[in-house]
Amino acid sequence: MAVFEVPRKATAGIAAAPAARRPRLRGALASGRTWVGGALTTLVTGVAFLGPFLAPHGENDIVGAPYSDSAPATLLGTDYLGQDVWSRLLAGGTWVVVTAVLATLLGMVLGVAAGLAAGYARGWADEVIMRVCDVILAFPQIVLVLVLLSVAGPERWLVVVVVGVSHAPRVARLTRGMTTGLATREFVQSAETLGESRTRILLRELLPNMSAPLLAELGLRLTYSVGLVASIGFLGFASDPSAADWGLMINENRLALAVQPWAILAPVLAIAVLALGTNLIADGISRAAAGADHTEGASS
Amino acid sequence: MSVTKTPLPACSVTGLRVVLGRGGPDVVDDIAFDVAEGEILALVGESGSGKTTLATALLAHTRRGARIDAGTVVLDGRDLLAATPAEVRKRRGSEVAYVPQDPSASLNPVMRIGRQIREVLDVHHAGTPAERTARVRQVLAEVALPDDDEFLRRYPHQLSGGQLQRVALAMAFTLRPRVLVLDEPTTGLDVTTQAHVLATVRDLCARHAVAAVYVTHDLAVVAEFAHRVAVMYAGRIVETGPRERIFRAPAHPYTRALLAAVPSVTEPRVLEGIPGSAPSPGRRPSGCRFHDRCAFREPECTDAEPALVTIDDSEVLARCRRAGHVRAQPLGFTVASPDGSAGSAQRPEPVLRVRDLSARYGSRPILHGLDLEVGRNECVAVVGESGSGKSTLSRCIGGLHEEFDGTITFRGETLPPGARRRSREMRKAVQYVFQNPYLALNPRMTVGQIIRRPLELFGLARGADATRRVHELLGQVMLPPALHDLRPERLSGGERQRVAIARALACEPELLICDEVTSALDVSVQASIVTLLQELRESRGLSMLFVTHNLALVRSLATRVAVLSDGRIVEEGETAEVLDRPAAAYTRRLLKDTPGHGSELRHGGHESR
Repeated sequence: MAVFEVPRKATAGIAAAPAARRPRLRGALASGRTWVGGALTTLVTGVAFLGPFLAPHGENDIVGAPYSDSAPATLLGTDYLGQDVWSRLLAGGTWVVVTAVLATLLGMVLGVAAGLAAGYARGWADEVIMRVCDVILAFPQIVLVLVLLSVAGPERWLVVVVVGVSHAPRVARLTRGMTTGLATREFVQSAETLGESRTRILLRELLPNMSAPLLAELGLRLTYSVGLVASIGFLGFASDPSAADWGLMINENRLALAVQPWAILAPVLAIAVLALGTNLIADGISRAAAGADHTEGASS
Repeated sequence: MSVTKTPLPACSVTGLRVVLGRGGPDVVDDIAFDVAEGEILALVGESGSGKTTLATALLAHTRRGARIDAGTVVLDGRDLLAATPAEVRKRRGSEVAYVPQDPSASLNPVMRIGRQIREVLDVHHAGTPAERTARVRQVLAEVALPDDDEFLRRYPHQLSGGQLQRVALAMAFTLRPRVLVLDEPTTGLDVTTQAHVLATVRDLCARHAVAAVYVTHDLAVVAEFAHRVAVMYAGRIVETGPRERIFRAPAHPYTRALLAAVPSVTEPRVLEGIPGSAPSPGRRPSGCRFHDRCAFREPECTDAEPALVTIDDSEVLARCRRAGHVRAQPLGFTVASPDGSAGSAQRPEPVLRVRDLSARYGSRPILHGLDLEVGRNECVAVVGESGSGKSTLSRCIGGLHEEFDGTITFRGETLPPGARRRSREMRKAVQYVFQNPYLALNPRMTVGQIIRRPLELFGLARGADATRRVHELLGQVMLPPALHDLRPERLSGGERQRVAIARALACEPELLICDEVTSALDVSVQASIVTLLQELRESRGLSMLFVTHNLALVRSLATRVAVLSDGRIVEEGETAEVLDRPAAAYTRRLLKDTPGHGSELRHGGHESR
């Protein structure tokens, strides 16, 4: 019976903690591409939001002859009606940026919720949610958007909803994949044996462990949203046909590409730089999450 | 084959040093040893000792980020490390071959077995096509696998773990290399499969005069399998010599401490962990690298690192200034009966009672009408091989598996299947500790949050009171309070398992289900976790259900044992009774295959040549 006279032997395994791995998001901030992406995105978003206050002319003021590349008091010449291209560029970004951001957020929330629910519940709920996603995915995004907008008319909230819904299945697939992987982890089972509520398991145990891939997805979806929303504007579904809008500006002035290229190039560049910026951020985050930019100083 | 001459060294290593990056810290350093033809050298060490780095360096390979900095590996009279890349490729496989730890990950899943083995011959342009085909069949027969066409056409997923390991062995053996490097090839295999694979390796090495370097952390395997042992710690060989001498009278304190941590299947030893944990490269102390954890430490030990020198004219070399003294100390194990009540016929009142439990996964039955009782303050071990259903049993009881018939009662109340259907009181009283501490803690929460959660969930403590309880619990599992704000990724495996135990204890449970809780841990850490569980059972009157495949561990820990095979309990009784006088044939076979059992110390190899 001499066993329990030596109880203080159980201290092995206590030592200085090993060096911390760099957290993923801080890793993303350390990469150059994230910074470049952030700078480009900030630049375009800044133009979109502050532009309307800085524009030298009103967006519908006629300041010279149509398609003039050297009208007085204009920086980038005039467009098809003789309106100032620079002023319209400064005024026309808000709709694209706001709509794209709102649509992306909606798509992310819907997709993450659907993916978490499907991946954690499994069984018939999983089947139903994912088959609905498949149906939505079966339509090309732009066609789905156009059909619904032609039926209901060009309302901004509708554009947000439709673009958001068209993103949701893609986000849901990603989220579901990660959820099924994480849900079998023992820390989730541990929460289950304690009797934690399902919502708490989804939001507190599972969701924080997906933050990096979901942020990368957010950046990617934002890129697509910008393209999609600009296309909707180009096709004339923006709510006010006379208002300045980057997508619409491309359409309005496309006949004069050779004569007054700035009328088209300016909005095209704005959209392209925004898409590039959000894409670079997404790329920076996903690379940091995958550990591609630095080799680990591994221990044996 | 020659008659009784000293075997030639098949492989000779001198001054080997592997570093991290350019001018970084060393992973292994000052490594020198010879392996003779037909000899099996075991490289023993805990995780972080550098044993795998050393093993791959024998093939002139390093992991990304590491680099072989100095040294020679002489095979067939020529240094492999000085060879050109093309030459190295040619000599790998033909002179030195590697058997990986996990064959299911190293075999190509879309390539048939025959093709896969043949590829080795094709790459090395060995013989005519007909000869290659013949050789594939021959080598399969040598590793005791079927050599018919049907088997050659199979894919890796159609084979069992043991068969996969034999295929990996066959691939390594195809070109008859002179040296075989085996990296923990039986980790993850059942004891019976492990015994068969080891027998095959031993037989092949003896028959074809192949030298083997066998990397392992399992001292019980070493004790019966290797001819010579090299013990590694913090990148150095700290002791090397013939197996019997090292096991009988270790000269290095680390070897001694390792032996004290190994459970024995024949006697209930009090296991002793090693305080602290193995330092990673770059964080190793100056002087003797083991001095901070050493029981024989003297002030001089911190000054200079001792050299690896011969001890007392024996064949043993050790890296310790006090080796002679250490060696003279008798290896006394504290042996005790695991419980004061052992031997008495009176069993305590049952806390948990399982009646006629049949569980299934879908349509596949796993458990067949199983009865089990766990008494108050008892530790009942459930042992069995993988696939025996032992985890399913614990998951049914823990509320993680719902597809079962039969009844589970806890303190007279029926436990419904599934934790969600159980009352708060039941969920609180039955706690589950998981196998893999690396997966059992949410990586995004701090240790404090993890342990605090059950306190709040069950309304046991709040606010400052809860913080105080968390610190108490950290103390009870012998973790420093500084860990409170860290996330699990900064913790070692043993520390993580302690946090998991603290989380379970926070619920003030009556029954603790431990599902293979030490199988992912090093033997010294395992020893301290087992000691901790013992203490907690004593001090808190806990009842425990301890699921394991390790019969030796059972001996040190459990009061009763239930042996599970194919979903049925084939034998149940007091630990000493079952392990000393097994009634069931299955138990006897398990015991026989458990390494280190009885006088099973076979010498193999040299004698049979």
